[in-house]
Amino acid sequence: MDFLVGAFKPPCNVSISFVDTKTRKQVPLKKDNGQTIMVPLFQSQENIIGEVLIEPTQGKKFEHNGVKIELLGQIVRELDVPGELFERKTYQFEFSTVEMPHESYNGINVRLRYILKVTIGRNYISNIVECQDFVVRNFTPPPSINNSIKMEVGIEDCLHIEFEYGKSKYHLKDVIIGKIYFLLVRIKIKNMELEIRRRESTGSGPNTYVETETLAKFELMDGAPVRGESIPVRLFLSPYELTPTYRNINNKFSVKYYLNLVFVDEEDRRYFKQQEITVYRLLES
Amino acid sequence: MMIPDGIEDEEKWLAEGIAGIQHNAFYMHRALDANNLREVLKYSAQMLSELRTSKLSPHKYYELYMRAFDELRKLEMFFKDESRHGVSIVDLYELVQHAGNILPRLYLLCTVGSVYIKSKEAPAKDVLKDLVEMCLGVQHPIRGLFLRCYLAQISRDKLPDIGSEYKGDSDTVVDAVDFVLQNFIEMNKLWVRLKHQGPGRSREKLEKERSELRDLVGKNLHVLSQIEGVDLEMYKDTVLPRILEQIVNCKDDLSQYYLMDCIIQVFPDEYHLQTLETLLGACPLLQPTVDIKTVLSQLMDRLSNYAASSTDVLPEFLRVEAFAKLSSAIGRVIEAQVEMPIVGAITLYVSLLTFTLRVHPDRLDYVDQVLGACVKKLSGKPKLEDSKAKKQVVALLSAPLEKYKDIVMALTLSNYPRVMDHLDNETNKVMAMVIIQSILKNTSCISTADQVEVLFELIKGLVKDLDGTDVEELDEEDFKEEQNSVARLIHMLYNDDPEEMLKIICAAKKNIMNGGPKRLPFTVPPLILSALGLIRRLQGREGDLTGEEVPATPKNIFQILNQAIEALTTVPSPELALRLYLECAEAANDCDLEPVAYEFFTQAFVLYEEEITDSKSQVTAIHLIIGTLQRMNVFGVENRDTLTHKATGYSAKLLKKPDQCRAVYACSHLFWVDDLDGIKDGERVLLCLKRALRIANAAQQMINITRGSSGPVTLFVEILNKYLYFFEKGNPQVTSAAIQALIELITTETKSDSTAPDAVSDPFFASTLRYIQFQKQKGGAMSEKYDSIKV
Repeated sequence: MDFLVGAFKPPCNVSISFVDTKTRKQVPLKKDNGQTIMVPLFQSQENIIGEVLIEPTQGKKFEHNGVKIELLGQIVRELDVPGELFERKTYQFEFSTVEMPHESYNGINVRLRYILKVTIGRNYISNIVECQDFVVRNFTPPPSINNSIKMEVGIEDCLHIEFEYGKSKYHLKDVIIGKIYFLLVRIKIKNMELEIRRRESTGSGPNTYVETETLAKFELMDGAPVRGESIPVRLFLSPYELTPTYRNINNKFSVKYYLNLVFVDEEDRRYFKQQEITVYRLLES
Repeated sequence: MMIPDGIEDEEKWLAEGIAGIQHNAFYMHRALDANNLREVLKYSAQMLSELRTSKLSPHKYYELYMRAFDELRKLEMFFKDESRHGVSIVDLYELVQHAGNILPRLYLLCTVGSVYIKSKEAPAKDVLKDLVEMCLGVQHPIRGLFLRCYLAQISRDKLPDIGSEYKGDSDTVVDAVDFVLQNFIEMNKLWVRLKHQGPGRSREKLEKERSELRDLVGKNLHVLSQIEGVDLEMYKDTVLPRILEQIVNCKDDLSQYYLMDCIIQVFPDEYHLQTLETLLGACPLLQPTVDIKTVLSQLMDRLSNYAASSTDVLPEFLRVEAFAKLSSAIGRVIEAQVEMPIVGAITLYVSLLTFTLRVHPDRLDYVDQVLGACVKKLSGKPKLEDSKAKKQVVALLSAPLEKYKDIVMALTLSNYPRVMDHLDNETNKVMAMVIIQSILKNTSCISTADQVEVLFELIKGLVKDLDGTDVEELDEEDFKEEQNSVARLIHMLYNDDPEEMLKIICAAKKNIMNGGPKRLPFTVPPLILSALGLIRRLQGREGDLTGEEVPATPKNIFQILNQAIEALTTVPSPELALRLYLECAEAANDCDLEPVAYEFFTQAFVLYEEEITDSKSQVTAIHLIIGTLQRMNVFGVENRDTLTHKATGYSAKLLKKPDQCRAVYACSHLFWVDDLDGIKDGERVLLCLKRALRIANAAQQMINITRGSSGPVTLFVEILNKYLYFFEKGNPQVTSAAIQALIELITTETKSDSTAPDAVSDPFFASTLRYIQFQKQKGGAMSEKYDSIKV
């Protein structure tokens, strides 16, 4: 009977908890099944300290080949040598000053996850595995060089503009300030929008996959300007779900952001000019 | 009923828009009641999205806007109360900017901005500056105009003006002015751009639609004028130059005209006076199609009224050389606007003239200057054809007359006649009439010969035939009226000094003698009468003048008159000439100039003999001659005999018997002048009366023969009355017996069967008899005299 029970039900419950659960910030994380759960937030070089609780079900002892916890792909800690477990047992663990240079990322074709994984090794039958996600976000100091983006572009004899965005690097709660100056207008513009687009590329070489999403569509101008008009740009980034720009993470993927200035004429033709911006995460004071 | 598709559709779109606003407003109200900021922002933005429509005309769009406007007031109340939504105003100001569509975003931003200023958490000037800048995002003319209109509306009571609670610590009036100016400039740009909106719409309709929106733009200027802190200096240095710059640069005639007018209307006159140069400087830069004359007229009107408001301001007008500036500005405008029709230029001069007449009534040189400028404009061009232009010239020339009520002033204006030279004959005459009417109305005297010369030059159109006048086309009535006016005018030529008066008469004579046959009958009589008036004056002062060498003697004048009347005879107008000769003769009589009087009588008789052939005219003439001759006392016996003989002779030769009879009995008076030393030749009186009786008899017989019945006894009764007259005057040759016989004769005649009762002669005879009866009964010497007459 014991044998049979053991085959269908895990012989024990495993849970992972952090010492500072109560004080640590929790952030939402979307799971594969679409559910959103709250998980703790860490940043690089923090200590990840907690405990693993293993509780045999129905008070039955069971054998194991050893217990270990790993911070996935990185560090493994042996928690117990092979033996038998009779009763509930708590294992303390601590990963000190863990280097986690990459942020958690949940993209279309790529996800970057941080997971604590407890494995109870067993003979002949499959190991008992328990995982705990957490999120890593790393802050960047304000860039020392942050040039404006300024450019004159045009379609010959149709439309000549000069646009200027105050900076090329923006933090997530930043505001884009700029202006669009019309040097020549020969088309009947209906309106002008500023889009924020995210470009996620995965793989490399011929196997590169690129996905582009438009995260924001913000109308800058209504109606047709005449030559000499200067239209102000003020776009707050906070309402949009942006991440920092990620460049070539582990040679696996990149996430880049673009400002796309779009003109729509009265025949609904679209003219646009795309400029990359860098998004970074500024430490919230 | 047929409704064009466009209008029907527009109604539909408007209804849809209103429904959209109401629908979203409903949910917004629910959210407001629940203090749910998120929902409030969501539904208010959706509500405002209805204003994004491009389908409505300005008129209909305004309706939609007003709906939204009312709702925004409620929204503002909500934003104001932080306890209801729990978000600080600063955060709210950011929050509304997250809206993706620009138009709702900016309406919300303005609404929150209004609350933000009121909260004083940021200086008003910063918020206003931000709002006015952000509104640049709406470039669509109608939507932009209304958005900025909303901005102007919510900011009106929040400008950091002097004395405003929103005034910051520094000199923020500048900010208030900057804000309004900037909004104004942008609104005007949008308004102008509306012109190029929407193909397929007729230009006319677009202009009309634009016109409906003009007050949205003009309102800004009104706001500027209300800003306390805009003093003269700031107006001069900042406000006006910037407004004008926009007006000139927009290059749109509708806008330029409207805004120039706006400036003139909303800002104080005092400012205009002090900034004339700047304001006027813009005028030549406006589009040629701008009705600049109306603009300038308005300005000059305002300034004139201002000048009239208080004498204190007049020195300022002089100090700033208002006239010179206006004058040169008008010159430049006319020069710049080559296309301007002549009527426009003249209208401008009329305005300028009106201005100077009102502001500088003492400066005749200004008036002449304006006329001179007008001459310059007219010179080298063919005479005016445009009836409007002609009217304006008449107005131009009439204005000084109306102002000064004194033609003499106009006569001193060297350019006055030169302007008139540019009028066609018809208008010239109209103007001449205006001048004459003015003289008559104001009873102004033309008191020197020089003035008379100038005056006649001005009214030459009336005094003589001008080249090219088609005589055939003259309207008889008009002509008479004109000539009567000239006649009246001649009486206005007067000087107390006989020497000058003589010169005046000579000058007048010289001019009217060229008038031609049609005019002379009108113009010569007043000239003669005026001269006779002079003669009478000289006669009164004869004593003083004796021994001096005076050219102005009656004798000289009579010579002149003789010539003048002679001209009439050639016209020919013999009856008139005869009358005038007799007038002169009588005057000569009064001057004791026998030869002169005799000469005039001779002329009169000659005319009678040679020119007056119509029997009716002869009757009139002979009676005039008899009447005049009777009053003459200057003649010696010989002359008198000659003349009376002639008169009686002509009387007896009249065609009709009754006329003969009457003339002859009238001649009886020539021999009985009821003066102290007058002739009293009873014999010849009786001869005349008897002769008259004979003629009356003959007349009666003629009637008997031709008609078979006796004619009325009127002639006999008339003669009876003459008898009674001389009887009473004591003519010894006229006896009661003769009277008695005459009464009986008449009685027999009236009672004869062949005589029909007569409505005229019977009562006449009866009342004559009653008179005799009365004289008999009243007592005294006369009664005794009558006693022997039996009735």
